[in-house]
Formats: sequence, structure tokens, C-alpha cells
Amino acid sequence: MLELGADEYAKYPFMADAGQYLKDKGFPLAKFGTDPDLKPSVEKAFHRLKVSTEGGIYKSELIDGQASKSYILEIEVFSFLLAIVLIKLTGMHTLTKRFALAEARRAEQHLERDLGKASEKSKIDLAIKIIHDLFGIEVIKRDDFFEIPVADYLKHSIGFHEREWKLINRYVKNGKVLLTPEKTVRLIRKELGTYIGSKIINAPTPPMIPGFENMVNELTSICKKLTPSYTMTTGEYPPCIKHAIEVLEKGENLPHSGRFMLATFLLSKGQSVEDIAPLFKNAPDYNQRITLYQLNHLAGTSGSGTHYSCPSCEKLKTQNLCFAIPECDNIINPIQFGKKRI
Amino acid sequence: MQENNIKFLEDTFKKYYFDHFNLIRVPNRTSEREFGFQKFNSGMTRHISIKDDKELHLLLMKNTPSDVYCSNACYSFPNLPMNEKDWKEADLIFDIDAKDLNLECRKNHTISKCNECNEISTDINSCSKCNSIKLEKKSLPCKNCINASKNEISKLSNILIEDFGIHPNDIHVYFSGNEGFHVYVYNSQFQKLGSKERSELTDYIMFHGAIPETFGMKKIKPNRSTFPDFDEKGWRGRFSKEMYGTKSKRSKIITELIVNGYSSFQKTLDDLSDKIGVKVDPNVTMDIHRIFRLPGSLNSKSGLTKVFCTDLTKFDPYLEASFLNEQLVEVIANCPIRFNLKNTKFGPYYGEKVSIPTFAAAYMICKKIATIS
Ligand code: SF4
Ligand SMILES: [Zn+2]
Ligand SMILES: [Zn+2]
Repeated sequence: MLELGADEYAKYPFMADAGQYLKDKGFPLAKFGTDPDLKPSVEKAFHRLKVSTEGGIYKSELIDGQASKSYILEIEVFSFLLAIVLIKLTGMHTLTKRFALAEARRAEQHLERDLGKASEKSKIDLAIKIIHDLFGIEVIKRDDFFEIPVADYLKHSIGFHEREWKLINRYVKNGKVLLTPEKTVRLIRKELGTYIGSKIINAPTPPMIPGFENMVNELTSICKKLTPSYTMTTGEYPPCIKHAIEVLEKGENLPHSGRFMLATFLLSKGQSVEDIAPLFKNAPDYNQRITLYQLNHLAGTSGSGTHYSCPSCEKLKTQNLCFAIPECDNIINPIQFGKKRI
Repeated sequence: MQENNIKFLEDTFKKYYFDHFNLIRVPNRTSEREFGFQKFNSGMTRHISIKDDKELHLLLMKNTPSDVYCSNACYSFPNLPMNEKDWKEADLIFDIDAKDLNLECRKNHTISKCNECNEISTDINSCSKCNSIKLEKKSLPCKNCINASKNEISKLSNILIEDFGIHPNDIHVYFSGNEGFHVYVYNSQFQKLGSKERSELTDYIMFHGAIPETFGMKKIKPNRSTFPDFDEKGWRGRFSKEMYGTKSKRSKIITELIVNGYSSFQKTLDDLSDKIGVKVDPNVTMDIHRIFRLPGSLNSKSGLTKVFCTDLTKFDPYLEASFLNEQLVEVIANCPIRFNLKNTKFGPYYGEKVSIPTFAAAYMICKKIATIS
């Protein structure tokens, strides 16, 4: 394991061994339920979780990875670890998923910033070391770029559907792929989420801590409301739609044409705007107000009143959104998919 | 195939394996490979494991196979069924075949054998005797075919070395014994890659899936300075050499490209893959459980050997891959076009009885255009 400083733990709290960290600091878990001095950490943990259930990324009090006071750093780490405790006590898988995703995105921002710091070698080294230790990718800094062995690049990029990630669209030289800091980090986004998720799953579940009950109850009820949006990925959707949902769930960017297809498809299947909106929550540029406005527009419930229908397979092919399989034969529009022919 | 032809080929092949076992290149980590073989007129026997050359020699002597194969993959248990083998890694292999190159010359040296009446002719669309269209095509590749394949190999090697950082010594080129070449890449960072990743490598090599942005073109407000320079490395460099022709034309061509617009640029890229992409067979490279003709073994489609090409530029398969003996045999040959083997011209033969050396007789019998008389 890496030896990290307090500011580094604040940025990458998932690098800490939770139980050990708290013990080292001399705080038994039970104390967090009662000690008023520790209350800010607990509140922050709760806040952190709530933000993640809303599809957002929690904004820490760090400024450019630094804190004005050292206790702020401590609260950062404590709140992360306590959030995990709350997740375990709540026992909801949705919460694990959302929190892991949000924290991965947060860490991603820090990694990206650290890699881009041309002048601060130690920051770059730490980011490189995290990427290496966690994901086995050997990254070497070369001028403004980062070099990654082609084989490692392929292993991590193979799940990406956007054409820009195809090897042919990368700068390849001497067995290495050259990437910007942003793309380097983007390459491990999914695994970062999985890593944080597995840390949560593997963490032991403590007995209920007196003083935590209300928060646990509230989180449980929030999650129950969220769950329906995840029942969408069932087998009966055509591959183009499944792909679009996948892209969104991974928090990757789905082009406008893809969002249009997905929304019109689901609307035509009788889903409501409120059902559909949560799907877009993980999109990098998510904005609730705009999403609802756009969906209402498509559904014809606002503005012009025109009702938009799902584009044809032909059209989707030209937009690179089609991933046809044999079951797609003989249909001309995704909404026909899965219907029996007579 | 008729009994007497099989007997002739079996005797000839057996003698080859006895005399030329030194040509066989047993792969490293022999015991982790899967071997397979075929006998004349019978199916494939796979999932065989072999300890060393001695065991291989024994297998060849005992079975007199028509074809012998070995996996590019290494397994913990090569002799178990596929899903229990425990795949470890596989050498990277590329297949370049003259018949995939769409060459003009092919119609000059392709003959057809009618499945209905056995008529052999140079007419490749329908049988000249009974008009049937059920034809089996046989090609006797020419110099041009071989040179075109060599050109693809040198394009491939260039990418492997420059872009993928492969050491030239780790690239081994073999003539397949019939119409193509197999390029093996050893000890690379790609050994452990799965099928999907390998397919991505072939897309790269074939220049498939390129987008305009990679070459500096944008939908909105394209900027001249982002277009590749003439001397750049990698695909941007190959692109500019193909598109600009010379350094001095760069500016003019870029203006044209920008004027023609984004979708025209995409079209240009798609068309380019035929010109600058390497024509490998993507299915071969992505198959990580395949067995390949064993280097040094005979190809029953030609009687030629799959040989290692020490000097590819000079390599002449019809000189350097023909190892069968020279003893004369009488055959009835039906070969309407001429071919060249070991510096001797043969044919054309029109259903006539001829006395020719074993290596030439085997070549025609393997192509099913001659029989032992
Ligand atoms: S054919 Fe139509 S339904 Fe099938 S994948 Fe393509 S777009 Fe989707
Ligand atoms: Zn016929
Ligand atoms: Zn030819």
C-alpha cells in the first residue's frame, strides 16, 4: 500500500484502510454517534451520500486539492469512511452503486488535475502510482502526454463504443499510446468505480450505531424511490437501446442523437418523462431542469405539442447507433423489436 | 481422391518427413501447445499434446498425415476439450493470402474443375463442356501474386516495428505452402490479449474505423495546423504521404480537403483503407484457439512446404518451398496452364500421359488436376 499524506487521503480516501485509519486516529466508531465534536463529519457523510443518490458529485471544501485548515482534511476522510459505514448499515445495493460512481468521478477529477500539473512532479507521480497500483497500467509521462503500452490501452478501452477510442484514432508509437491527462483518467473511470464499489462491498457491516438510525432510515427510503430506474435494462430492448442505456449507466457521453433515440423509444413504450429522466443522471453534462424540459418537449407535453417518434433503423445506422443482431432482421424501427411476426 | 493417388502422396509425404525432419520448427513451449493432424480423405484429429520433437517425429511416421497443425496458444492442458484447456497466452499471427488481394492476374492462372463432369478448363464461370456452374477453382499463384503478398508483409512489418515497437527478430514470416504467408509475432506485449483486443489491432493495421478528427479535420472551423505533417510517424504520416504525395503539395491538398468538407473527408478515409491498409485476414488474428499449419510441414493443397522465409525479398516459393524428390513418375495430367517449379517449366497438359518428377506430379495431384496413371 502507498503511504499517503493527509491531503492525499482527502483526495483519494478510498486508498485508506477504513478501520485502520479510524483506529490510528483514536476514534472508535461508536463515538461518532454521540460525540458532538464529531458531528460535522457525520453530517458531511450523510450529505455526501445524498448528493450521490441525486446523481451529483459532492463538492468538498478542498480548494485545488488543498485545505486551509488541517481538520478540514480529516473531515474529508472521516466523512468518506462514515459514508461507507452508513451504506453498510442501510444495506442497499443502489446506494453502493451510486456512491461508488460519484466518488469515482470525484477522484477522476483530482487525478486529472494532478496529472495535468506540469510543474509538480510529486503530484503527477502519485497519480501515476495510483493508476499503476490499482489498475496495473504503466503510465510514463512524456512532455505533455502520457504513454501507455498498447496492450494495456486495449484492455481498458475495449468496452468503449465511441469511435474516437479505437486504436486507429490514437497516436501510437513504439508500442505506446499517447494520451492527454483527461483521456488517461477516462480510461480507468469504469474500473475506478468498480474498485470503490468492491471496497464498499468487502467492508464489514458494523452493528447499528446509536444516533445513526434516522439517517439510515432516510437513506433507505431514498433508495427505494430510486430503484425503479434500474429495472429498465431487461432483455426485451433492441441492442441499440441497450447500448445507449449502458453508455449512460457508465456515465459516458451519449451523443444527442442517441439521447433522442432512447427517449423517444421509451416514451413510445409508454414510459413517463419522470421514469426516463433518472437514466440521464449519470451523463457527464447532466442538468435536471434541462433534461426534463427536453423530455417534455419530445413527449409533446410542452411547447409545440408535436409528438416525436423513434427514428428508423436506417437512420440510426447512419448515426452509428445501430448494433444490429439477427433478431433485428425484418424490422425497420427499433420499436418493432421483439414483436412476433405472423 | 483415388486410392492410387493417396498411396502415392502418402509414400511421398512419408519420405519427406523422414528426410527433412530438420525443416520442422517445433515451437517453443512444445508441451503447452495443441497439435492436430489430418489424414488423406479423412477428418481432423485435434487436442493432441506432444512433449518434444521425438514424439512429433513418431506421430508423423505413424500416421503419415496430409496436414499437421499446431496452436499459436499455450494451454495448461492442451489435450483436454477446448473449454477445459485453460488458455494462457497466444502468439500474434497474421494471415496474408494472395486470393484476398483482388489481383488482376488471378484470372490468368485460375483453372476450374467441374463438379458434375470433372472437366478442367480455364473458364472460371461455367463448365465449358456441360455448362454446370458447380466449379471447384484452383489457382496456381504467379510471381505477381507472390510479390503483391510480399508488399503487404512489408507494410505489416513496418507497422509492427514502428507503431507497435516489435523487435524485427521477433517477426517470423512463413510461406504457407499454398497461396499465402503467415506472419508470427513472438514475445510481444500482445501475448495475453483476448480476441476482441486482437480484432482492434487488425482494425488498426487494416486502417479501419478512422475518423476525420484523427487527421486534423473538424466539422466546424477546421484548422490547417492540425492536419498531419509530411514527416509524421504512424498513420498520420502514412496518410499524408498517400494524400499529399510530396511535401510541397501539403498546403494545396489541405485546402482541397477543407473545401470538400467533413463527410467527404470521412469517405476519403474509408476509401484509403483499401490503399494503405494492410490486407490481413482479421478472422485469423482474432481467433485465439486456432491451430495453424506447423512450420516445416507439407501443405496437402500443393505438396509444398510451409517454409521460414529468411530473406523475404529474394524468396521464391516455387524454388525454396519445393522439397519433394525428383524421381520420375507417370501421371495423366490435365493442366491447361503452365507452371514453374524448381526452375523447370511444366505444362500445359491436356489430359495426356506424362513422365515428370515427383515434386511436380505431387503438385498437380494435390491440386486435383492429375492422377497417377
Ligand atoms: S436494426 Fe434497428 S433495432 Fe436493430 S439494432 Fe439496429 S437500430 Fe436497433
Ligand atoms: Zn461439366
Ligand atoms: Zn497472380
